Amino acid sequence: MLSVASLTAGYDGGTVLHGLDLDIPSGAIHAVVGHNGAGKTTLIQTVAGLVPTASGRVSVAGADVTGLPAHRRAQAGISLVPQGRRVFPSLTVQEHLALAFGRGRRRRTTTAWTPDSVKDLLPRLAERAGHRGRQLSGGEQQMLAIARALLGQPRLLLLDEPTEGLAPLIVQDIAALIRRLPERGLTILVAAPRPAFAASIAERVTILVAGRSAGEFSGEELRAKPELAAAAMGHAAADDSTVSVSGVSGVSAGPGGPSR
Amino acid sequence: MDALNAHLVPAVDGVAYGLLLFVAAAGLTLLFGIGGVLNIAHGTLFALGGYLAASVSDGSWSSAVLGLAVAVAGGTAGGAVLAAGTLPLAGRGHLPQALRTFGLALVGGDILSTVYGGDEHPVKVPGSVNGMVHFFGHVYPTYRLMFIAVAAALAVAGSVVLGRTRAGALLRATADDRAMVGAMGYAPWRVHTALCAAAGALAGLAGGLGAPIIGPGPDTADKVLMLSMVVIVLGRPGSVLGAFLAAIAVGEIETLGVSISSDWAPFLLFGMMAVALAGRTFRSSGVADGVAAAPGEAPA
Repeated sequence: MLSVASLTAGYDGGTVLHGLDLDIPSGAIHAVVGHNGAGKTTLIQTVAGLVPTASGRVSVAGADVTGLPAHRRAQAGISLVPQGRRVFPSLTVQEHLALAFGRGRRRRTTTAWTPDSVKDLLPRLAERAGHRGRQLSGGEQQMLAIARALLGQPRLLLLDEPTEGLAPLIVQDIAALIRRLPERGLTILVAAPRPAFAASIAERVTILVAGRSAGEFSGEELRAKPELAAAAMGHAAADDSTVSVSGVSGVSAGPGGPSR
Repeated sequence: MDALNAHLVPAVDGVAYGLLLFVAAAGLTLLFGIGGVLNIAHGTLFALGGYLAASVSDGSWSSAVLGLAVAVAGGTAGGAVLAAGTLPLAGRGHLPQALRTFGLALVGGDILSTVYGGDEHPVKVPGSVNGMVHFFGHVYPTYRLMFIAVAAALAVAGSVVLGRTRAGALLRATADDRAMVGAMGYAPWRVHTALCAAAGALAGLAGGLGAPIIGPGPDTADKVLMLSMVVIVLGRPGSVLGAFLAAIAVGEIETLGVSISSDWAPFLLFGMMAVALAGRTFRSSGVADGVAAAPGEAPA
């Protein structure tokens, strides 16, 4: 579904991703893990079209989207749940959903997401329908950001640090939600700072170090041998967190602050 | 009681003038506050609407309606030109926009003076609203009273569109986070063009409606631009309610203020602006809360 080939990208200040390759089959959950500055957010934003590609190629379902702006990629079926949620402070939950649903109408099918179906999936949003983005808690904002992305009727869902700054119980809910999404035909690329969280939800995990792949593992491998991720990331402890998600130890909300 | 009675007409005039300023400034605040475009050609679009309405007015209701229609159409077309001129400048800050729109204002102003000459153009309003009405022992122009009602209705309609419709939600979302709106699939150039066209339509409508009050003439564009800038600075860019309150305040200062203290009148408007800006700076610096920002530190 998503193919990233020799991708080099960055900002005015310098190159962040250096010739990255990534292939994600349809219906899979793939995680990228790395420290702040490793290039996770740059990868997500480059695939979404928010950061320009210096060289290389990004394809979705066989179609080359490398030169397309962000809105054309969204129309092609790429939805983004950005780092920091970025919900609209002045819009109500209902307005967020209506705006996203209106844009995604071109790709609506009988199995399409609707405001009602995302509220069934995330009941808290129905309770907060009249509240504005700035009035929501961090967890509610994250649910709204996911709902907004789903109503764009994506084929590929990009999640950038979806558990950042959230309470452990909310992290569990978000992890459970992400694991259910491929049942609806979604392919997911998720950026996470913690290997244990990534291993708990993803079939495959790519370790990013300084904008390059430092190894790719199955989620099962990392759950069995967390030290593999630690070795690839270049430090001794695979994970220093203490909360478990559905029986997988070592999951916590990521550290604050923006990352690349 | 006598003093109150003496100032009643200027006070009502202030409301009418304030509402005219609100309608005139609405397009500018929409474009600057939401679209991030600093449009120095805004007054020219207002003047264009006024000239177009004046050119077809013959005192009949049909010509008045036609005048408003052509004013809106002219303003919309002008807004589209503005969109084409400013779209390539996206993300380059306000200075290039100001220079380009200043250039457009100069060209537009030159075209208007070539076509319409250097004199003011009187507008013939329909006979039924061309007279005077009596209230509380005073006489007052009927058109201005009607204008108050129409402008108030426009203010309510604008608030409803911005606050209750999907198009309004899209505009507010754009003001909040333009890049995220693009990532949702909305083409930035379409939003930009629609905003410029809507702002131009509002300026043209204001020019057409306001032509009988501020007759279109050689200095109309400059005057409207300056007062609109005052309104959006006082009311905060992008805030409809803020623009409304600021416009009424400016209207009252320009009319009631002159009536009460004609000696101070030239200083009242910009004095109020200076006080408002100083107060805003005082609050944002944290001094008002007893917490001054440390050097090099952003205020809370």
